[in-house]
Amino acid sequence: MSEHLTIYPILVHLITAILLLFFWMNPKIQRYISIVGSAAGIVIGGLLFSRVWENGIQSIQLGNWEAPFGISMVADTLAVSLILLTNIVAFALSIYSTENMVSSRVKFGYYAIFHFLIMGLSGAFLTGDLFNLYVWFEVIIISSFVLLTIGGRKIQIEGAVKYFTLNMISSIIFLTGIAMVYGATGSLNMAELSRIIPEIENKGLMQTISLIFFIGFGVKSGVFPLYFWLPASYHTPPAAVSALFAGLLTKVGIYAMLRVFTLIFPLGETNQIILMIIAGLTMFFGGIGALVQKDMMRVFSYLIICHIGFMVGGLSLFTEVAIVGAIMYMFHDIIVKATLFMLGGVMFRIFGSTRLYNMGGMMDDYPKLSFLFAIPLFALVGIPPLSGFWPKISLFSASYTAGEIAMLVMFIFASLITLVIIAKIWNKSFSTSDPKRERKLSFKYFNDFSFAEKAAYVAPIILLVGVTLYYSFFAEHFQMVAERIGEELMNTEHYYNAVYGIKEVSEL
Amino acid sequence: MEILLAIMTGILYAAGIYLILRRSLVKLIIGIVILGNGVNLLIFLMGGLVKGNPPLILSEGKALEGLYADPVPQALILTAIVISFGLQSFAIVLIKRAYKVLKTDDIDTMNKTDDIT
Repeated sequence: MSEHLTIYPILVHLITAILLLFFWMNPKIQRYISIVGSAAGIVIGGLLFSRVWENGIQSIQLGNWEAPFGISMVADTLAVSLILLTNIVAFALSIYSTENMVSSRVKFGYYAIFHFLIMGLSGAFLTGDLFNLYVWFEVIIISSFVLLTIGGRKIQIEGAVKYFTLNMISSIIFLTGIAMVYGATGSLNMAELSRIIPEIENKGLMQTISLIFFIGFGVKSGVFPLYFWLPASYHTPPAAVSALFAGLLTKVGIYAMLRVFTLIFPLGETNQIILMIIAGLTMFFGGIGALVQKDMMRVFSYLIICHIGFMVGGLSLFTEVAIVGAIMYMFHDIIVKATLFMLGGVMFRIFGSTRLYNMGGMMDDYPKLSFLFAIPLFALVGIPPLSGFWPKISLFSASYTAGEIAMLVMFIFASLITLVIIAKIWNKSFSTSDPKRERKLSFKYFNDFSFAEKAAYVAPIILLVGVTLYYSFFAEHFQMVAERIGEELMNTEHYYNAVYGIKEVSEL
Repeated sequence: MEILLAIMTGILYAAGIYLILRRSLVKLIIGIVILGNGVNLLIFLMGGLVKGNPPLILSEGKALEGLYADPVPQALILTAIVISFGLQSFAIVLIKRAYKVLKTDDIDTMNKTDDIT
C-alpha cells in the first residue's frame, strides 16, 4: 500500500469530490467534508514530502507498464513541495469558502469542482508524461471554467468568455507541440525525452517545438503578450475562487515551464534571450497596468502578472542560483497571492466595494485586522525580513553574476513599482479617514457578522499569514528545499534514474 | 497521402484561426472546434501512416510483424477528442448564456471587464 503514496495526493481529492457529489443539496455537510478532505490532503502531502526528502525521488508506473511505455508518476522535491503548498492553500480556502460562498452557489457543486481542481493540480505536478500533463491541464481548466461561471453574474459570464477562449487556444497550441514531439522522437515520457532530444540533429526543429511549448504555457501563466485574459477575468468571481486562481493556476504554467525547459528542452542561448525579454516586459507591463487600476482586485490581478516576470526571469538566467531564486519566489507567491485575494474579500465585506475610492479608515475601525493585513501586503513588496525579500537576494545576485544588468534593472524596477502600488493601497484604504460611505441596504457588512462568521473569514487568513511569517523567519528551511530542487532540476539524471528504477550511488 | 493530410491540417489551422479572429461569438466557437480537429489530424499524421496493417498479434504469432500502424497516436487522439467534446459542449452552453445575459453576439462590445473606472 505505502509504495502507492505517490498518487495519494490525487486520490484524496478525487474521493473527497465524489463524496461531495452525494451531498449535492446539503451545503452544510459539504462544508465539513471539504474541510476534512483538505486536511487529509495536507497530511498526505506532508507524508509524501518527508518520504521524498529522506529517500530521494519516488516514482510509480501506472498499471505496472515499464517506464517508457506506460504513464509514470514522479514525485520529485519540486512536485511534492508544490503539492504541500497547494494543499495548505486549499485547506485555508475550504474554511474561507464556508462563509464566502453562499449556499446557492454551493448547491451548484462548488465544493466538488473545487476538489476536482485541486486533484488536477496535484496530477499536473506529479505526472512524468507529456500527454498526461495535457490531460491534467484540461482537468484544471474545465474545473476553473465552472468555478468562474458559478453564480452566473453578468460580469462573470463576460470574463469567462475571455478566459475560456484563450485557455482553449493555449491547450490547442500545447497539443500541437506534443504532436510534433511525438513525430520527432516517438516518445512522450519526459525522462526518455530528456535522453532522446539532445541527440536529435535537427536543432532548428527542436527550437521551434520548444517555443510552441513556451507559448502554450505562457498563456496559462500570463506572460507579457499573452496575459490579457487574466485581468479580464480574475476579479469577477467571489474572493475564494479568485484566491484559488491567483495562488495556484498561473503557477502551474510556471511549473510546466520549469519542468519542460530544464528536463526536456534545456534552454539554449536564443531561448534564454527570448525568455529574458519576455520576463522584463511582463514585469514592466504588469507593474504599469497595476498602477492605473482603480479597483483593488484588479490591482492585485495585474500584480500577479508583474510577479510572474520574476519567476520567468529566474528561469531565463538558467543558473542554479537563479532557479533556486525562482522556486523560492514561487513558494512565496503561492501563499501571498492567495492571502491577498482573501483579504480583498474581507475588505469587500467591510466597505461594500473593492473600488479604492470607496475605501478608507481601516486603521481606525479595525486596528487588529489592519495589522494582520499589513503582513502579506508588505511581504509582497519584500520588505526585510518578510518573505518576499529572501528570493530576491538569489535573483538579484544571480542576474548580477550572469552579467545580465538589464534583467537586474527590471527586477529592481518591478520591486519598486510593487512598493509604490502597495503604498497607494495602504494610503487609500488604511490610513486615510473614513470617507462617510452610504450604506447599501440589502448588503451584509462585516460588522453585522456573528463571531463564527467573522472567524471563518479571518482564521484562514491568519493561517496563511502564519505560513508567510514562518517563511520570513525560517527562510533557510525554504532555501534548503529550493537548493535541493535546483540541484535536481539542473542534473536531469536523478529524474531519469528514478523513473527507470536505477539505484543511485549515495554521495555521502 | 501524407502530403495531402499535411495540407489538410494546414487548411484546418488557417480556417480555425481565421474564424477565431472574427467578431461573432458563434464563429469563435466554430473556429475553436475546427482548430481542435486540425490538432487531432496532426497527431494522427505524426504517428506515420501505414496502410492496412493494424497493430494486432495474430493467434499463431508471438510479436508484431512488419510495418504496423502505431497505436499510440490513435489512443492520444481518442483522449483528445473526448476532452475537446466536453470543453466544446461547455463552450456552447457558455455562449448561449453569454448571448442571453449580455444581449450581444459582437465580441467587440464585450469590454465591461476591462473598464478602468
